[in-house]
Amino acid sequence: MQNEKQFFPKGSLVQICFTGLRPEERTANLPEDTRKVPLEIRVKGFLKDESACIGQEVSVETVTGREVKGKMIAVNPKYEHNFGEPVPELILAVNKLQEIMKGDFDD
Amino acid sequence: MIDNSYEAVMSRKNEIMKKSVGVDYQKYEIHGIAFDYEKMLSDSGYPIEKIRQIQLETGVGNTQLVELKNINRLIKKISPKGKGARIYVKDEATNPSGSFKDRRASVSVYRAKELGFKGVIAATSGNYGAAVASQAAKKGLKSIIVQECYDSRGVGQPEILEKQRACEAYGAEVLQLSVGPELFYYFLRLLEDTGYFNASLYTPFGIAGVETLGYEIAEQSIRQFGRYPDAVAITHAGGGNLTGTARGLKKAGAKDTKIIGVSVDLKGLHMASDRDFNKKSFTTGHTGFGVPFAVFPDRADVPRNAARSLRYMDRYILVTQGEVFYVTEMLANMEGLLRGPAGNTSLAGAIALATEMNEDQIIVVNETEYTGAGKLPSAQLTFARHNGIEIRTGDPLKEDIPGKNIVIPSSPGLMGFTEYPLQSIRKSYLKQAVNKYGTKDFSDIELEFISEDINIGVEKVKEYLKEIAL
Repeated sequence: MQNEKQFFPKGSLVQICFTGLRPEERTANLPEDTRKVPLEIRVKGFLKDESACIGQEVSVETVTGREVKGKMIAVNPKYEHNFGEPVPELILAVNKLQEIMKGDFDD
Repeated sequence: MIDNSYEAVMSRKNEIMKKSVGVDYQKYEIHGIAFDYEKMLSDSGYPIEKIRQIQLETGVGNTQLVELKNINRLIKKISPKGKGARIYVKDEATNPSGSFKDRRASVSVYRAKELGFKGVIAATSGNYGAAVASQAAKKGLKSIIVQECYDSRGVGQPEILEKQRACEAYGAEVLQLSVGPELFYYFLRLLEDTGYFNASLYTPFGIAGVETLGYEIAEQSIRQFGRYPDAVAITHAGGGNLTGTARGLKKAGAKDTKIIGVSVDLKGLHMASDRDFNKKSFTTGHTGFGVPFAVFPDRADVPRNAARSLRYMDRYILVTQGEVFYVTEMLANMEGLLRGPAGNTSLAGAIALATEMNEDQIIVVNETEYTGAGKLPSAQLTFARHNGIEIRTGDPLKEDIPGKNIVIPSSPGLMGFTEYPLQSIRKSYLKQAVNKYGTKDFSDIELEFISEDINIGVEKVKEYLKEIAL
C-alpha cells in the first residue's frame, strides 16, 4: 500500500486520472448507468512537479513527451492482472475427451 | 482558444481525419450512399507484392498452417458417418506481437513513416494496440494507444490490462478510458493535439495488410493438401479480418472457398453499459461489434470503412463464451498449442461446422493469438466468477445467458452454433441506409453500390427496400 501522506519526488513514474467529460457533457444515447458517471481517463508519466503525494493534482510527462494534468492516483503501479485460478470444470470437461479418444492420438 | 467540447470536436471530425490518415476520402465519393470502394482500396493501399515485402522486412506473416490432427480425430468420432471435415489452423500467434493484427499494423505504420509522421495513434482495446506499438518501435515512430479499459469503479478487464502491459512493453503511451463511445471524441482530440497518424483499423492500408493472410492460406493449401479449402472460418468483429482474408483468398484464386464469419454471442449485454462492461468475458470477436459493423460499416473512425464484411461473408454463425474457452483448453491439451482465447472463436465455430460437413472437406481457421496473464481461460473465468457469473458444465446452446453464466460443453457433441441469417443483417443495413439518407428512392448508381456492398442482386435490394417503412 502506498502511503497517502508520502511525497514522491519529481521524475517519479506515476499514474494520473482526469475527467474527459463530465456526466452532463456526455453524448446522448448512453445507457442510464453510463450517463450518470464521468468519462475518466488514466495515463502514466513522469512527475513534473517538485514533489507530490497521492490525491494531488499534478503534471506528468508521458513517454511520448506530452504534458498531461490530472489527479495522481498511484506511483508506478504494479501490473496486477494474473493467470487466475485453474478452472476444475474446464479441466474435467477436457479430461473426458481422453476417454472418447481412447488413446487414438496422432503418432 | 480552440473549442474542445464534445460537439465542437465531433464537428471537426472530417478535417481531423483528412490530415491524420493522409487519404482524401472525398475523392472516392460518388453520390449519396455510393462511393468507389475498389478505387479507394487500389489507390490508397499497396499491391500485394509490395505488402509482402513490407511484412517480410518486419518479420510479419509467413506463419504455419497446422493440421489439428488430434482434434480432427475427435471430430470424426463425434460426427455422423461420412461427416467430419478436417481443420487446419493458421498459427498467427507467431507474428512479432502475437496476432494477425501485425499484418494490419505493418502497413499502417509503413505508410505513416512514408508520409513523414512522427508518431501513430490507434483506438483499440485489443491485440491491434500491441501490433501498432511493435511496428512503430521497429520504424522508430512514437505510438499512443487509446483503450476502453475500466468501469466506473476503476475495475479493468484483465484481457485489456494485459494489452496495456504489452503496449507499454513496446514503448507506447497508453490512455485508459472508462466505458463509453466517447472514446472516439478523445481519440480525435489526441490526433489534433499531436499531429500523429491515425493508424485506424479501417483504412485501405490496414485491410490491404490482412490480404496477405488470405493469400498465404490459398498458397499453403495448394502446397499442403493440393486444393483450396472448402471454407475459411474467421472471427468477426469490426470486419477487417474477414474482409482482408476474403480478398486475399480471391486474389490468390480461391474464389469458391466459403467465407464463414464467427462471433461470440453476447446477446442481452449492452456494449456502452458501465454495469455490463465487466460481465462479459470477451472484449472482441463478439456480436456487440460483429453485428453493428456488418450492418453499418461506416460507423468506424474513418469516413469510409475499408472493412465491409457483407461483401464477402457467405455465412455468419454465433458460438457461446463457454464453447470458446472449451476449445481453447482443447487446443492446448490435444494439440499442444496454448493460444487465444478470443482468437479461438472461429475455431469453436469450425469444430461445430466440421461435424456437419463431409469428411473429405477442409476448413481453415485463419488465426490464433498469443496468451498471457489476463488472457487465458483461467484468468478470464476467475475474473468472471468474481463478477458473479456462474461457471458450470452443461449444454451451452440451450443454457447460455451472457452476463449470467458461462456454460462449458459437458461433452464435445454439445458443441454447436446459432446461424445468424445474413438476410436479416442485409435488411438492417438497408434500414440504416434509409434512415441515414432519409429516402428509399436511391439512384441506379446507389442501388448498384448497395447491391455490391451487401452482396445481393439489385432486384433483391429493391424488394427489401419495399418492406421498409420510411
